[in-house]
Amino acid sequence: MSLTEPELKALMLRSLDGDAAAYRRLLAELRDRLALYFARRVPPDGALAEDLVQETLMAIHAKRATFDRTQLVTPWAYAIARYKLIDHLRRTGRGRFRPFEHDDEFAVDDESEAADARRDIEQGLAALPERGRELLIAVKLNQEPVADVARRAGMSESAVKVAVHRSFLRLAARLRGSGGST
Amino acid sequence: MSDDLLDRLSASLHPTPAGLVLRRLLIGLAAGGAVSLALIAVTLGPRPDFSPAAAQPMFWVKFAYALAIAVVALWAGERLARPGGRARGRLTWLAAPLLIVVALALWRLVEAPPGARMSLVMGHSARLCPWYVLAASLAPFAGLVWAARGLAPTRLRLTGLVLGLAAGGMGAFAYAMHCDEMAAPFLGAWYSLGIAGAGLVGWLTAPRLLRW
Repeated sequence: MSLTEPELKALMLRSLDGDAAAYRRLLAELRDRLALYFARRVPPDGALAEDLVQETLMAIHAKRATFDRTQLVTPWAYAIARYKLIDHLRRTGRGRFRPFEHDDEFAVDDESEAADARRDIEQGLAALPERGRELLIAVKLNQEPVADVARRAGMSESAVKVAVHRSFLRLAARLRGSGGST
Repeated sequence: MSDDLLDRLSASLHPTPAGLVLRRLLIGLAAGGAVSLALIAVTLGPRPDFSPAAAQPMFWVKFAYALAIAVVALWAGERLARPGGRARGRLTWLAAPLLIVVALALWRLVEAPPGARMSLVMGHSARLCPWYVLAASLAPFAGLVWAARGLAPTRLRLTGLVLGLAAGGMGAFAYAMHCDEMAAPFLGAWYSLGIAGAGLVGWLTAPRLLRW
């Protein structure tokens, strides 16, 4: 569970071209994430979570042609996991849960995706030059006034703005990855 | 845990061509459309005035309307057949052919003398037209269901509705071979109704038919 989305996507693209080693690594990464995803959502007793992980991995394998090469890997994999989870709940008739009627609501607010996004951003921030990172955090995350930050750093306000903007672009480029995804 | 599975899956990997989703949907739609065209040709036959009618724009407007719906809906289906796929942008394009035909129909109605308007809408086959369109959409729908089951839609109802509309467009295309109505108001009302009916069939049957 150490690879970022751009790295996972690179593995996925190589997998689609037939690179079995890249594929093995991608599946192992996804397996760890899926284990976490299902562990949070099904009762811990028994082997249900593990069954769902396996089922999802097999679906990822069988349906890998449905991966859109211009999109991200993790949302695609989690959409399959979510589908398998809902399908399981529906099969076992848990209460009055009829998920396919409301499947829109399941497409958003997924804390696993949020956690992945947070980790990607944290790693992206960590990779920035120290000074740029501190300015970016002060201005964008902590919302401190540019004037205060400039005074503390001993820079002009416009220099702070330029540095923050540059760091922001660098972070964005890193999050987008080298694959040029949308 | 499940290292065997990873070994097994990665051992059975083979290269996956891009564009497979669209190709599969196109095959389903085209195969079903061919069946419908053949059935219409055998049972109802082509319209008797086929060649002379082809000189008039309205002859082509009918085919273009049906085909435009089928193509745009299939294009949206290409997104919806993927896990987590969203197609709102593509779906709004469905309004384009509909708005054009509605505008043509209104223009025709406004220009016509009041006494002739009813017959522009009803033609001589209004009662049958939507049912024929719906019937002709069944084979394309079956083809698209086959295609979608090999893919991975996660919003089944919406996918069913959109694939139903694509099948309806294809069915309307096939039926237009036989139908000799030439008024835009007729096209806008009854062809659209038949296509919408096919969409409804897709929406109703999707949870059962599209599961994977």
